[in-house]
Amino acid sequence: MQRVAPFFLEAAWVTLELAVLSTLLGLTLGAIAASAKLYGNVVFRSIATVYVSVIRGTPCLIQLFILYFGGPQIGINLDPFSAGVIGLGINIGAYMTETIRGAIIAVDSGQMEAARTLGLSKFQAVRKVILPQAARLMVRPLGVNINAQIKATALVSAISVVDLTYTAQRYIGSTYKPFEMFILAGVLYMVIITLTGMIVSWLNKRVAIQ
Amino acid sequence: MTDAKPFVEIRQARKCYGDLEVLKNISLKVNKGQIIAIIGPSGSGKSTLLRAINDLDPLTDGEVWLEDTQVNKKLPHKQYENHINKVRQNIGMVFQHFNLFPHLSVRENITLAPKMLKGISDAEADRLAEEQLEHVGLSDRIDYYPSQLSGGQKQRVAIARALAMQPKVMLFDEATSALDPELVEEVNLVMKRLAEEHMTMIIVTHEMAFAESVADRILFMDGGVVVEEGPPEQLFRAPKHERTKEFLAKHLRANALAPA
Repeated sequence: MQRVAPFFLEAAWVTLELAVLSTLLGLTLGAIAASAKLYGNVVFRSIATVYVSVIRGTPCLIQLFILYFGGPQIGINLDPFSAGVIGLGINIGAYMTETIRGAIIAVDSGQMEAARTLGLSKFQAVRKVILPQAARLMVRPLGVNINAQIKATALVSAISVVDLTYTAQRYIGSTYKPFEMFILAGVLYMVIITLTGMIVSWLNKRVAIQ
Repeated sequence: MTDAKPFVEIRQARKCYGDLEVLKNISLKVNKGQIIAIIGPSGSGKSTLLRAINDLDPLTDGEVWLEDTQVNKKLPHKQYENHINKVRQNIGMVFQHFNLFPHLSVRENITLAPKMLKGISDAEADRLAEEQLEHVGLSDRIDYYPSQLSGGQKQRVAIARALAMQPKVMLFDEATSALDPELVEEVNLVMKRLAEEHMTMIIVTHEMAFAESVADRILFMDGGVVVEEGPPEQLFRAPKHERTKEFLAKHLRANALAPA
């Protein structure tokens, strides 16, 4: 156990990096696609709609395989880690899109009307009136997305990223202790998820409207 | 002053939702400093007409003018947006459900638009907030949040917020309809005071007594048309049209039945 511990810690770090980077990418994509769906013209709206339905309609593992194994055929050569971050980011972005859009829609329509009546442009109204209120509604559901995302990072072991799951499988061969190896990986996942959950709760309290 | 150039003018307004015609060829002239009250049953089109004045509910046909500017000018999208944002700065609006910004303090609610659109300094903005709150009698609530205010106080803040843009005309869309009866009076008082200061006002209301006491002219709307209009004493005491009589009678009965 002590012999493998450093490798597991290193792998836990890789998993955390994957989760953080892909979540940031996903948030960015989600914000762009949600804006496109809500405020964009027909072209942007359609692109965002197709993006969301394709990603949500296919398994994440297939998306990762297409990117990593299929990519080189069309000139996209990515190392496993980058493919993992980009693939997971694109995947969670589709779910973030719906979360962000839902939160924005949930802000009372009278808010936009009041802001526009005062002479604010749509963009100014969204920035100063709608988004600050939507952000508060977003924190909790985004926390749920992120929780799912951390667990989904296990999929990248299938494209040979040396994450927690990959590491556990690798040391089964030399230790003959699959039970312990997978329990150890599971515990480390849980530590990451618990810590993230605490951060989300803290954020949620901070942004609560007085 | 009836021969004066109208300050707000609606010309042949028509509004359709699909096959449903909710405004049928309505024209209206309002002079500077005049106070118009629009009454009528629910679904008569009075709110739609009011919301057409700042193009919140764009007309299907017809024109809206504020002084020498056509509010609902036909322009390419981008130009129109710039145009309407400028025009709306001159038209204050108060809503039935207040629509205060819940994440901002009373001070920030009032100063948000003037700061963003008129580029005034923080100190000027603070002075403006203090001035406007004094006007509606809520100076001591400047650092409260909307959730900490009563309905009447919220609506007074909403009026202060609209006034902070120094509008030329104020629109009231059933400003007291969502309030508990005991909170109506404080909002009415603020509106009366505005009237005394010769603010041009167009008021959609269900309160006949208030309309009678504050308005120069009453419009009775039903089914998308102005059925009858005139000075309050005439419209309330000696209505000419059958439908006006019916509506007023119904209202009187309802009020008589209501607990005091």
